Amino acid sequence: MPPFLYIFLGALAIVSALGVVVQRNPVHSLLALIATLMSVAILFIGETAVVVGFLQIIVYAGAIMVLFLFVIWLLNLQVETSLTGHLALKFFGSLAAALLMTELFFILAPRHLLVKFSREPAGYGSLASLAGKLFTDYLVAFEVTSVLLLAAVVGSVALARKPPGTDDPWVAEKIAS
Amino acid sequence: MTIELIAGAIKAILMILLGLNLSLFLLYFERKGSALIQDRIGSNRVTITGLGKRMGMPNLGIINTTIADPVKMFTKEDFVPAGADKFVHTLAPFLALFPVMITYVVIPFGDTISIAGHRIGLEAADLNAGALYLLATIGLGVYGIALAGWSSNNRWALLGAIRATAQMISYELAMGLAIVSVIMAFGTLNLQQIVRAQGGVWFGFLPRWGIFVQPLAFVLLLVAGAAESKRIPFDLPESESELIQGYFTEYSGGKQAVFMLTDFAEQALVAMLLTTFFFGGWQVPWLMRDGFHLPGGAVLAVPALAVSLLGVVAFLVKVVALCIFLGMVRWTLPRFRYDQLMRLGWKGLVPLGLINVLLTAFVVVATGRVS
Repeated sequence: MPPFLYIFLGALAIVSALGVVVQRNPVHSLLALIATLMSVAILFIGETAVVVGFLQIIVYAGAIMVLFLFVIWLLNLQVETSLTGHLALKFFGSLAAALLMTELFFILAPRHLLVKFSREPAGYGSLASLAGKLFTDYLVAFEVTSVLLLAAVVGSVALARKPPGTDDPWVAEKIAS
Repeated sequence: MTIELIAGAIKAILMILLGLNLSLFLLYFERKGSALIQDRIGSNRVTITGLGKRMGMPNLGIINTTIADPVKMFTKEDFVPAGADKFVHTLAPFLALFPVMITYVVIPFGDTISIAGHRIGLEAADLNAGALYLLATIGLGVYGIALAGWSSNNRWALLGAIRATAQMISYELAMGLAIVSVIMAFGTLNLQQIVRAQGGVWFGFLPRWGIFVQPLAFVLLLVAGAAESKRIPFDLPESESELIQGYFTEYSGGKQAVFMLTDFAEQALVAMLLTTFFFGGWQVPWLMRDGFHLPGGAVLAVPALAVSLLGVVAFLVKVVALCIFLGMVRWTLPRFRYDQLMRLGWKGLVPLGLINVLLTAFVVVATGRVS
């Protein structure tokens, strides 16, 4: 990936991530979040992590963000006109955030600056190499995770299910009245 | 390097032009083909010179539908309703059109050709993860629709958008499962290699097309594709009798035209996908690299460049035929009820798709075609 593209996509990701926080309208925040996810995904694809990049678009940008949109509609979130809360709360909140940032910087920054970047072998991050790893070295973990997810899906369906007999709208209406 | 870049740019532009022209053809078929199916006359008024009329020729409505209609739409007032989110309202049509337009680039429309010693593959982007790219971009199409309905500040539009979102998310699953079983059968995610694997014949006469390998996946992708492009019988999001015009009720002028274009472009995309996965893409039956090998054993030599061009023509013919088929379905079937739509998606197509994936996996392992 050419450096100018890398810098451009990185800047786009940071600006849109800022937009998520700064926007007052929740739907605009969501749009900014999609832009962040997309630019990070394209960065992944450009750095040969093709599968991770496409899966990020399919799963996060394509499916989970739609769920977020539905939740925003369902809760009927409105545009925030002003920050809520006491003045002291805002002051100490900002102070705590600044402290956290400084702390994180001192913990993370030096080690990251010392990292030696290495070129991965060709084909690293492609679907074939990922599938090979998943179905040989990490087969048990992969299968257990998939069973766990299946159990979660079945469980959520069982919890959300209406009692039998109320499925029919006519019956439900009669019960309600 | 440079010649590859230039060729890539030309091919990408060609694919987008092909998509736009197919959309225009579908617009024409929508007006005049529906009239033919419903025994009406259809659009027959506009002429440019009136020469054909004076010579007694019937007006085929070509100028009506392909020039007068779009010009009328783009010169109308672009109205944004009060209380609408102006920014999102303007962004939404383009968010809907963009993913469809960028999906065209992975569709292979021909074999390789040689120009000045360079072998150029006739697909705009030869991605190794082409099928993943398809699934990623198709999944993004839902935002334009959803945000159009939300930003219009209109209840009908919002209801249409919610219907569209639920429908597209549901049928994406069936579509993904159909594509998964196809890529399992061919053992590659690269669309050009999938098309290449469909060359040759079985029993001396039957082309090795995907429809004979994966008939169930073909039905799944056909139904799910029709649902993804929101055409009748799956046009719940814009059903006129209930929701006025659904998610684009509050759109007028050029932006509405962009939404209509998106529908037609999606229909063309579905036709291209079906062609690529199930009808051998650019493969001409019995045509090898050196010429026709007819079932009787006769051989008809064809020069190499003509073979490539015949492939492109075959791709176009197949896509247009499938476009017409999808249009005929649109004008034949009535609209589903909403619960029928959801039942078909979740209780019909998804289990069938899962069974198909399992069966394909068994066959692939049993025949030992695992690398």
